[in-house]
Order: sequence, then structure tokens, then C-alpha cells
Amino acid sequence: MNSVNTGEAIVFWVCAVLAVLGAVGLITSRKAVHSALWMALTMISLAVLYIANNAPFLGMVQVIVYTGAVMMLFLFVLMVVGVDSSDSLIETIKGQRFLALLLGLLLIVILVWGLGSSLAGLPAVGLDGANRVDGGNVQSIAHLIFTDYLVVFEVTSALLITAAMGAMVLAHREHWQPKPTQAQLSVARFKGDEHPGNRPNPGIYARHNAVDTPALLPDGTPTDASIPGALRARGEVAPVDINDGRAIEEADSL
Amino acid sequence: MTEGQWGWFGVDPWWIVIVKVLGIFVLLVLLTLFTIWWERRVVSRMQHRIGPNRVGPFGLLQSLMDGVKLALKEEIVPKGVHLAVYWIAPIISATMAFTAFAVIPFGPLVNMFGVETPLQLTDFPVSVLYVLAIASIGIYGIVLAGWASGSIYPLLGGLRSSAQMISYEIAMGLSFVAVFLYAGSMSTSEIVSSQEPIWFAVILLPSFLIYVTAMVGETNRAPFDLPEAEGELVGGFHTEYSSMKFALFFLAEYINMVTVSALATTLFLGGWRAPWPISLWEASNTGYWPILWWLVKVQIFIFVFIWLRGTLPRLRYDQFMKFGWKVLIPVSIAWILIVATARVLRNDVTMSNTEILLIGGAIIVVLLIGSWLLQSRSDRKAAELEEAKAKAHARPFDAMAGGYPVPPMPGQQVTLPTRRATSSVTTQEAIDG
Repeated sequence: MNSVNTGEAIVFWVCAVLAVLGAVGLITSRKAVHSALWMALTMISLAVLYIANNAPFLGMVQVIVYTGAVMMLFLFVLMVVGVDSSDSLIETIKGQRFLALLLGLLLIVILVWGLGSSLAGLPAVGLDGANRVDGGNVQSIAHLIFTDYLVVFEVTSALLITAAMGAMVLAHREHWQPKPTQAQLSVARFKGDEHPGNRPNPGIYARHNAVDTPALLPDGTPTDASIPGALRARGEVAPVDINDGRAIEEADSL
Repeated sequence: MTEGQWGWFGVDPWWIVIVKVLGIFVLLVLLTLFTIWWERRVVSRMQHRIGPNRVGPFGLLQSLMDGVKLALKEEIVPKGVHLAVYWIAPIISATMAFTAFAVIPFGPLVNMFGVETPLQLTDFPVSVLYVLAIASIGIYGIVLAGWASGSIYPLLGGLRSSAQMISYEIAMGLSFVAVFLYAGSMSTSEIVSSQEPIWFAVILLPSFLIYVTAMVGETNRAPFDLPEAEGELVGGFHTEYSSMKFALFFLAEYINMVTVSALATTLFLGGWRAPWPISLWEASNTGYWPILWWLVKVQIFIFVFIWLRGTLPRLRYDQFMKFGWKVLIPVSIAWILIVATARVLRNDVTMSNTEILLIGGAIIVVLLIGSWLLQSRSDRKAAELEEAKAKAHARPFDAMAGGYPVPPMPGQQVTLPTRRATSSVTTQEAIDG
């Protein structure tokens, strides 16, 4: 069965083009999130190609693990880092484009030459032959993973766990005292000196309800309590006309 | 369907495929409309209200009218959005919701317009993994909607959603493993047929419970609806969406509910097979009848969704994550170990079920005694610590602490003053004054 039928040809040309498009988009996008999305497109196209080549398990795992978990973690980190922080385009490593090109070419040579020379003499069993051994594609993969490639499989998982442990150790922060519970926090809030209720909104008794305009106390004096701390620190509090308060007093007395 | 059932999939004529696809599409849209109405009615009943009862019989057409209204509303696109991603997000959500249904079995082989065909669009050796994969792409819609809105509440909703999906998909996937071990297959139709004598919900109860918990987390429904927690995040990821785009998110959420319910039915409740008293009737598992049993089972799960929403408060985010990582995942891993050990003992060592149960029981007793000993020791230590703390903090109750009349603090004893003591205090004060 070396012939390619029409359906297979259509799937290949659509998905191959999409995969290459995704890869090009990945390196040309300016926004990190867009790059991640292009990467997801490439991975899904590859998964479809795997499935079209009668490797449904590999295709599904590709989507679940790479698109679903790895890319999702990537997106998570990018979103935590910042909504609009497009990366700086100044290259800190000298000649990294040239180096990347060189290493990429080297990788292609190694893959083609290494795989080509090692697989050249092998007789091809064919898809049916490979799947017939254990009664199905999934069973055959399971058989290989848990017999011939068991050590590789376990070593890979040990590597991943080590990486995860390393990340946890790096991100770990020692607590000097036990973390306060929700109940303790609420008790502390009511025992403290600060007023436990809402702070006055901007604009109370004042001329404007902009956030930088302090609310006025009933006696007409401005209060800083309604101004967000960030604005206060930057000194961006709007000046208050003391007549604002007097106007209210006058209105009251009428 | 018995031996060689793979032969029945992927051989339908093109027009049968179109009929099936259309059937699934229409069924899902109708189920969405029905589920919205049902949810509103059931939640109303739980809150001593009546709920929608004006449009159509029993108010059944209410959600159709709401849908039409939603589609005709003005579309507002905020200024700071990333336009392309903002457009794609609801489309991803809705299409993936429909796509996941392709492998759900509705019934056995039937005669459809003169063609013998299974009541299932398609099936392949890893179709349960296919549902997982499609669900994980579907979450992209929510995450991207949060990011593309260019505003802080949707972003928080999207962040929560991605963390939630990663955590709960692990628990969900682990709950499938025991089913795969027992069914010996990952295809939905084979899992249904391997539940012929007894449902997996009965023999694999822990897996079933873990799956039901994880499916509520995976569909962002109360009490796990943190990505759209309206009390904290306005609308969460869909805050900046309106009109048809919002309707797509709405549709996707309800279809996802139906999908996870259908998957639960397929994996644990015997799929389309008739439950026991009905299965005594010969024709119950033939022809188009199974669709009815399937619908009833799915509706039971949907009712549980509604029931949870009507009764449980939303979890705090850290509690939710702790529950996923520290309870669900370890419990399911332990359970898989037990199931796998039992399978190996029965298949390879050829132990009888009674022997396995006896040995398992002995191990559980030993573990229980061990944990009880450990627990009582740590309890004693904690009690001692508590006592020491209480001694250190014990202060006599002062009714006028800080100059104001105050109630006693927890743990403080109230000593009611006698009349003489009161009068003596007043005298003292009088002298002082």
C-alpha cells in the first residue's frame, strides 16, 4: 500500500501548510501570546497528520500533553507576566541569529544523516505488520514502552520529576511564622486601628467623583482616605478648593 | 455489536454521515435550550420561586426567546481588545463543544433509512482520549477570551480557568484509567459493551466519584465556577463580550455540561444500555429505544449539576486548588494502584476474588490501625500544645476593657458581679469622683 488516496493527500497538504505557517508565525510574532497560539496551531496540525497516518494514540497524546497542558502552562505564565509586555527586540547575545541558523542546520544534518544511516538497512514491516503483533496500535505502543524502552521511559520521567522538584525548590519561600487563617485575618482586621468598613468613595460631598479628588468630611475638610495609596504616593491628588465645603455649609444653612 | 465491531465504523455512506452530524447538532442545541429552562425551573423551586412559566407550555420556549433576544442585541467591542484573538475565542469554545460529541454512543446497530449503522457518528481505539483532547482545546477559548479582552477581570478569569483546567484534567484522566483497565479498551462503544453485566459506577465507585467531581471543575460550574465568579470578577472571562459572541460562550458551557454528562454515562452508567428492571424487556436494547435510556441518564447528571448550583456556595480559590492537588489526585493514584494490583493478581497470579478481597481487607485493617495510632499520638501532642497556649492566653474577663462595655471573648468565663460588689464599686467610684 504505497499509494496515497485523495483524502489523505488533501489532509496532508492542508495540515502541512498549516504546520509550516504556524512555525513561521511562531518566530515572526512580536507578542509572546501570539507566538504561543501559532505554536498551538503547529502542534494540532501535526496531531492531525499523526492520526491520518494511523497513529491515533500518538495524535491524541500530542494534543492532550502539548497543546492542552504544556502550551496552556506557557499561556498561563505569559498572562501572569503581563498582558501587554511585548518582548524587547534588542538582542543581548551577539550573533545569535547566525548561531541559531547554524545550529538548526546542524540539527537537520544530524537527524537526516543519523536516522537515514541507522534505518537504511532495516526491513519495513509495514503498518499492519507492526500493529498485528499485539492486536492493535495502542497495545503495540504499550508493549514497546513497557518492555524494550522501559528504562528510557522511566529515566525520562525521573528527569521530569527532577525538573519539577528543582522548580519547586527555586520558587519555595520559607514561612517564618504560620500563615494566618481567614478567621485570624478577620479578627485582626477588627482589632486593628483602622476603620474596618469601606473607605469613603471619591466624590462624597466633593465637586468631582474622579478617583484623584478627595472626599470631603462633613465639616468640609478633605480626607485622604478616599484616595488610592498609589495616587497618594505619586502625589497625584487633585487640589481641593476649600470653598467646596463652604458651599455645602451655605446650602445647608439656607 | 459483538466481534469485529470496528467494521461498522468509518464505512457509512456520505449521506448517513450528514444525517448523523445534523442529528447530533440539533440534539445538542435542543438539549441546551431545554437544560437552560430546566435549570431555571429547578433552581427556582429550590429557592421557593416559580421560574419562567410564561412563554409556551410551562415556559418551555423561554430560552428560545432569550436566545433570539441575545442574538439581536447590540454588539459592543471594547477599545483595548486584541481583535483577532477576541474574535476567535468564542468560535473555538463553541466548535470544540460540538466536536467532542462525535464519539458518544447513543445506541446499538439500527436500520437508518435502509442502511445498517451504529447510532454513533464514529469511534476509534482512543476515542475517550479524543474527548479529553477536544476539551483541552476548548478551554483555549476561555483563556484567550480572558487575555484578548484587554481588561483585568477577564484576565483573572482566564488565568483561573487555565490553572483549573490543568489541575482537574489530571484528576479526570486518572479516573479514566481504572475504566480502561477493566474495559481493556479506550473506545467508547467497547466500554459500553463491556459493562453488560454490571456498571463501572458500581465496581469502580471511587473512580466514578472522582470523575463526577472533576467534571464539575472542568465545566466551570458552581461550586467550582471561579473563572466567572460574578461576586469577584464581574463576569470573569466573558465580561467584555456581548450579543452573539456571548451567546456562543453560553452555548458552549451548556453543551460541555451535556458532553461530560454523556461521557460519565458512557464510562460509568452503562451508556445507552437499559438499566436493570427495564432490561428484562427483550426489545429494550434494540432499535431506537436506547436513545431514551441514554437521555434519562444524561438528564440525571444534569440535574446533579443544577442541584449543586442551587445548594453549594462557591469554593475559595486556594481551597479549590488544594482539593484538586492534595485530595483528588493522590486518592485517584492510590485507587489506580489498588485496581491494577487486583487485576494482576487475578490475571497473572490467578487468585480468586475471595482471596484478593481477604488480603485486601487485611491490608486495609493494618493501615487503619496504623493511622489510628499515629492520629491518636498527634492528637495528644496537639492537645498538649493547645493547653499550654490556653494557659498563656488566659486572662480574666474584664467587662469594661478599653473603657467600653464588651462581651466575653471566646474561652473567657463570665463572673456575674454580686449586688454587694456592684455597690462597693459604685461607692469606690463615688469616693474617687
